[in-house]
Amino acid sequence: MTLKQNLRLGCALLGAIGFAAAADAAEQITFVSQGGAYQQAQTVAILDPSAKKLGITINQDSIPDAWPAIKTQVGSGKPIWDVVDTPTGYCLRGGEQGLIEKLDFSKIPNAAAMPESYRSPYSVSYEFYSSVLAFSQKTFPKDAPNSWADFWDVKKFPGRRALRNHPIATLEAALMADGVAPDKLYPLDVDRAFKKLEEIKPSITVWWTSGAQSAQLLNDGEVDMEMAWNGRVSAVAKEGAKVAFTYNQGVLQSTSLCILKGAPNLDTAVKFLNEAVDPVHQANLPLNIDYGPGNPKAFETSVIKPERAAQLPSEPANAAKQALMSYAWWSSPAGEAAEKRWASFMQK
Amino acid sequence: MLALVSPALLVILLLIVLPVGWLAWQSIYHDGFTLENYRRVFTEDIYWRSFALTFEISVAVTIIALLLGYPVAYLANSVPKGWSILILSLVVLPFWTSVLVRAYAWLALLQRTGVINQLLRYLDVISEPLALVHNTFGTVVATVHILLPFMVLPLYATMQKIPGDLMQAGASLGASPSLTFVRVFLPLSLPGVLAGCTMVFVLCLGFYITPELLGGGRTVMVSMLVSRNVELYNQFGAASAVAVALLLSVLVIFFAVSRFISLDRILGQK
Repeated sequence: MTLKQNLRLGCALLGAIGFAAAADAAEQITFVSQGGAYQQAQTVAILDPSAKKLGITINQDSIPDAWPAIKTQVGSGKPIWDVVDTPTGYCLRGGEQGLIEKLDFSKIPNAAAMPESYRSPYSVSYEFYSSVLAFSQKTFPKDAPNSWADFWDVKKFPGRRALRNHPIATLEAALMADGVAPDKLYPLDVDRAFKKLEEIKPSITVWWTSGAQSAQLLNDGEVDMEMAWNGRVSAVAKEGAKVAFTYNQGVLQSTSLCILKGAPNLDTAVKFLNEAVDPVHQANLPLNIDYGPGNPKAFETSVIKPERAAQLPSEPANAAKQALMSYAWWSSPAGEAAEKRWASFMQK
Repeated sequence: MLALVSPALLVILLLIVLPVGWLAWQSIYHDGFTLENYRRVFTEDIYWRSFALTFEISVAVTIIALLLGYPVAYLANSVPKGWSILILSLVVLPFWTSVLVRAYAWLALLQRTGVINQLLRYLDVISEPLALVHNTFGTVVATVHILLPFMVLPLYATMQKIPGDLMQAGASLGASPSLTFVRVFLPLSLPGVLAGCTMVFVLCLGFYITPELLGGGRTVMVSMLVSRNVELYNQFGAASAVAVALLLSVLVIFFAVSRFISLDRILGQK
């Protein structure tokens, strides 16, 4: 047997197990997200209600980084997943590489009604989070840093700093620190961004790699300010640590839903996609976790109270203060080159 | 005989030979035969820097583990049986804690607001917290802790086989205890030293979680390049080329060491 056949057999067996488990359901899909509290919140707000309304079975799976699995599954010719919730960049990249289905928006009216910057030919925004400037209120009881220019100003705001060990959102922050307006970032001036980063590099204590690590740094007072994801900061604050963040000049990022090329239940997957971005389901998501709905119409449903809306990254007034990440740029050749350049920047 | 080992052989074939072979194949084959992945590994600066750093850290960890481990093994070897069991259990005990937990434990000890800095400041030894972690130092400390048993156990096994009579013979010929140690015990324990050092060194080359968590992002070891390359180049070949390069360097080391000592003594007890 060749290796490919082996893989196919393995996938077919796995598929058969999944199939047997839900053989009595008429229609079903396999939905994959990132697990943990986040997937739990979706289950309550979006997945269970959608399954009920459509009369389908949603089998769930979770994986922290779906990209290698998408490549392997589609590469084997018999994917077992249908819909994946993954950072938008992967949907675009996957679309370009023929791993992701092109969407027919006439069958997805809820997505068709969303602003164009919230969808791509291959994906629909599912939820928003933001890379924000977070700081210790112990170190800065007043006059806290409020912009990336402040973060870069080590004289006016002394203290230990951390940034994410990744170019995405970090290059954007560097350019904003250098005076570029949040809505004028793309295409990124990569040279200028790296030059600005060289400036702050000696003052960065930690380049963090996981969200948990960024939370720990802030919680333990290991750093006085850092770039972190809003949900991580608010979780630390809820635990009682004296930390806060500003949405000012945050980088608004999203995960999107996309469908694997050759998905076993394509038609049902498209139906689910439409249901998943329904404004009411979407509005229920932030009631369960600190992420903003991917569909801005969710804010018009009156499900989200104004006080709650004000805390969310994609709430229109908050979104206006931030830069909306261009995943199209990051998955372009220039974006990929910038990502490769990051490694040599870090090791210099 | 063959029937008895065939299940084990099958497992090794399925779980080790095939996947590793598949990875190696991907590093040279992607829509046709290509050496691009290797060209990158051998020409781009960052790979050299990472390999150099990885070898530096591994050498440092090996030396420190030897300096710390030898006295422990020696003590365990020279005390009565009950005590040696206690000492060895203490050495092996951390094995039951996950590497991740131990990395976080070191973070709690070494970070700015950690136990060590707090204590030193309380005692007025320092006025500013020391940078003990998020750098190479923190990585080395935690790695030594994790790998120490791999040094102590081969050392102890070798020392056990050194006949105590030899020390007495040395003493009866008028040598001082330290001279007997240097001239008799130490040379006889060298195979254990070599075995322990090889184990620690080779294991350290592939360390991932510890430098990732305690290195502050600047300590980029080879294993981290492997995971980074999957993300960066969107194909396994780019990552497996790095892994193959590391594997080859490990094989070269094993080969070099095996010229001085038989592999049986490193990998198993005889």
